[in-house]
Amino acid sequence: MIYVELFLTFFLIGMFTIGGGYAMLSLIQNQVVTVHGWIDDTTFTDIVAISQMTPGPIGINSATYIGYEVLAKAGASEFMSILGSFTATFAVVLPSFIIVLLLAKVYNRWKDHPIFRGVMSGLRPAVLGLIGTAALSLATPENFIDWKSFVICIVAFIALYLKKLGPFSVIGLGALVGLVIY
Amino acid sequence: MISLWQIFLVFGKIGAFTIGGGIPMIAAIKSELVQRGWLNDEDFVDIITLAQTAPGLFAVNISILTGHRLRGTKGSVVATIASCLPPFLIILLVAMFFTNFKDNPYVIKAFKGIRPVVVALIGVPMIDMLKATKMRWWSWMVWIASMVLVCLLSVSPIYILICVIVVAAFISWYNGRQTTDNGQRTTHN
Repeated sequence: MIYVELFLTFFLIGMFTIGGGYAMLSLIQNQVVTVHGWIDDTTFTDIVAISQMTPGPIGINSATYIGYEVLAKAGASEFMSILGSFTATFAVVLPSFIIVLLLAKVYNRWKDHPIFRGVMSGLRPAVLGLIGTAALSLATPENFIDWKSFVICIVAFIALYLKKLGPFSVIGLGALVGLVIY
Repeated sequence: MISLWQIFLVFGKIGAFTIGGGIPMIAAIKSELVQRGWLNDEDFVDIITLAQTAPGLFAVNISILTGHRLRGTKGSVVATIASCLPPFLIILLVAMFFTNFKDNPYVIKAFKGIRPVVVALIGVPMIDMLKATKMRWWSWMVWIASMVLVCLLSVSPIYILICVIVVAAFISWYNGRQTTDNGQRTTHN
C-alpha cells in the first residue's frame, strides 16, 4: 500500500540525514525520483524551489509537498492526498524524535561528565564550521544576482549583529526591499 | 513554570515566520527564548551542537531539544508539533491551490531580496556563537578545517563529526587518566 511505502521511505530519509535540509534533498531525490519514480526531475526541482521559499525547514516542506503529490498523481482524492502529506511528514520527523529525545535524556544525565564535556568542546567548533558551510553554500550567483544583493546581505548582517533588528523583521524587510528595487 | 500553551505559541511563531530552514531558526530561537530568559546561553550552544550532530533535520532537532529543556518530553512534543504545523499547512495550501506561487512576479521579486538576507541569518548566529565559545587555537583549526573539508573537498559532515567525537573522547579520557596517575592536573585543552 502506498502509504506504507511513503512512510518507510521518509522514515529512512529522516534517519540518515545528517547536516540538515540540504543534505536531505539529495537523499529525497534519490529515493523519490530515481528509486521509486514517484515524481519526475522537473517537478522535484519545482518542489525544492517552493520548499525554500515557504517558512519552515526545507525537509518538512518537501516531505509535505511530495507526500501530497505522490497521492495526487496516483489519482487520489484531496483527503487521501492530505493524508499522504501527513504520512510523509510524520515519517520524516519520527526517527529524529526518538533518537534526539534519547539524546536529551542522556545529555541531562551526563552533561557534566568530563569526557562528555570534552567531546562537546571538540564538537562545538566543528558544528560552527558546518553552519558556516551552509552560509558558504548559499553564496551563489543564483542568490546574489547583482551588487544590490551584496548590499542587502551586508546591511542585514550589520543590523542583526548589532541587534538592531530581529530575524523576522530582517526577513520581512528583505521581502519589501526585493519588491521595491527589482 | 512555562506552560505548554506558551511553548506552542512561541514555537508556532518561529515555525511560521522563519524562512531559510533550520539555521535561521537559531537567530529566531535566540530572540524569542533567550530574551525571555527561558534558556541561557550555555544551554543554547549545547543544544545547537547536539541538534547539528544528531541525525535528522536540524530545525526539528532544535525544537525537540529546546522543548525538552523547557518541559520535558511533553515540551518536546508540543514544540515540535508547533514548529512544524504552520509550514505543513502553508505547503499543503500551496500544493493544493497555489502551485503557481513560485511564478508570481511579486513573489519572485520579494525572494530576490530575501535570499541574501538568509546568508546573513546564518552568518551572524555563527559569529555570535564563536564569540560565546572559549576558542583555543585548536578550536579555530577545527572550525576552519570543517569548512574547508565540506565546502572545498566535499567530505561528508558525518565523517567530520565522527572523527571529532572519537578524537575528543580519547583526548578527554587521556587527560583524565593523567590526573589520576600523577594527582596533578595536566591541562592540555
